[in-house]
Amino acid sequence: MRLAIVGAGDVGRSVADLAGEYGHEVVAIADSSGASVDADGIDVEGALERKAGGESVGTADPATLFETDYDVLVEATPTTLGDAEPGFTHVERALETDHHVVLANKGPVAERYEELRALEADSAGSIRFEATVGGAIPVLSTIEDCTPQAVTAARGVLNGTANFILTRMAAEGLDYEHVLAEAQDLGVAEADPTFDVDGTDAALKFVILANVLADGGFSLEDATVEGIQDIPGSALELAAEDGRTIRLIGEASRDGVRVGPRLVPENGALAVTGTRNIVQLETKHAGSLHNSGRGAGGPETATAVLSDVGRLPEL
Amino acid sequence: MADVPEPESDEEEPETDGGVRAYTVRLELVDEPGELLRALEPISANGGNLLSIHHERGNITPRGHIPVEVDLESPPERFDGIVDALRDAGINVIQAGAEHYGEELSVVLVGDLVETDLSETLSRVESEADAVVKDLSLAAPEGTNATASARLRLAIDSGRAKQVFEAIRAIGTDKQLTVVEPLLGGEA
Repeated sequence: MRLAIVGAGDVGRSVADLAGEYGHEVVAIADSSGASVDADGIDVEGALERKAGGESVGTADPATLFETDYDVLVEATPTTLGDAEPGFTHVERALETDHHVVLANKGPVAERYEELRALEADSAGSIRFEATVGGAIPVLSTIEDCTPQAVTAARGVLNGTANFILTRMAAEGLDYEHVLAEAQDLGVAEADPTFDVDGTDAALKFVILANVLADGGFSLEDATVEGIQDIPGSALELAAEDGRTIRLIGEASRDGVRVGPRLVPENGALAVTGTRNIVQLETKHAGSLHNSGRGAGGPETATAVLSDVGRLPEL
Repeated sequence: MADVPEPESDEEEPETDGGVRAYTVRLELVDEPGELLRALEPISANGGNLLSIHHERGNITPRGHIPVEVDLESPPERFDGIVDALRDAGINVIQAGAEHYGEELSVVLVGDLVETDLSETLSRVESEADAVVKDLSLAAPEGTNATASARLRLAIDSGRAKQVFEAIRAIGTDKQLTVVEPLLGGEA
């Protein structure tokens, strides 16, 4: 497939870097200020070097990306809430011109799911978005294999930063602020970790899961969301005395979405440690399935994008 | 009370081994005429035999209801049906036989627990969430005037966890406490 990648952050760059290994060709990559476009395949290494040097990936107008001959638009711009722009418009543009779209950007799928599906219905192209939920972990394709109807609920840990903080707090008996500072030093938490620790990032992923299970109907404002900022070390100690620990757990079903700190058995499947993520799918006929792995990171998330590209039919 | 005797023949009676057991059921009634009678009807209609009724009229629950303690006898296998019938009739069953609490679950509360009157919080958990607080651990590393955590071990009726935690969440919202609930459902 010929890929046009919009967004040159960790994920977009990793997709460009790994595309060749997966048998695909990058014909365009764009960031907010420039683009590198070539119908015969761009010089990926050169574009990534320019980006690493603090420049744009290329000198062309970012809009020229949509004018080149491509099969799949990879939408890897940063997640935005509400109208989910500019991601939504990128997807719209690709679908209206009968191209496939693979999203790593959670915004459009969480906030405007029904509109995406309506655009897809009128297009020869299709949309896939494995990378929006759980990074490298195959969550949506597992649901697809089980058929969404046979999955009754999804629960689990889908934010590595919050999970890292809670794990360290429990292990070291430290308070939230101490561990957050440590996480920022290690690069596990961003300078502004708000969306990770207040539950928004996890909630977006569980909203997407609820949309897949119920075929739409949910956006972030439908989710009940609580973060971990108010959890003191003493709460984790009390939990541990009872053989439990506290994790930022999300739950998605056809009835709704909830994210908040919850008590889980200390040695249970959902009490993953560090930045690891896990999703538990509750099925109608086969009990629970657990998928665990790396929920974030450039190359990790890029593998999910490229797996999606591989699942798309020829146009 | 039913005008007609229950049309139950002997062969419809469940096997009881000839045994009946005594149970105590604690109810909370609205202070209105006829409420007590309405609460007793489902007991006799479902094979329970009333032994005694202790109507604590002077003793009002925090919600302004009147606690009533009913002693009754029934075959063990019919007792659940009696409690279900009471609940179906809209009667608030607080406690139904000592062994009836099918589940023990923990919950952690975080916030200004002492400042916000911990003992009142606990009695609201008991009365509004229909749970019995069996055990309490408090951790207040920065003193009782700062943020503290409490772990409550709760005994609740089987199958009522969802309602119990909904009620505890509402208490938490009301008193600005963070409620860390156990995760229910799924296989660990």
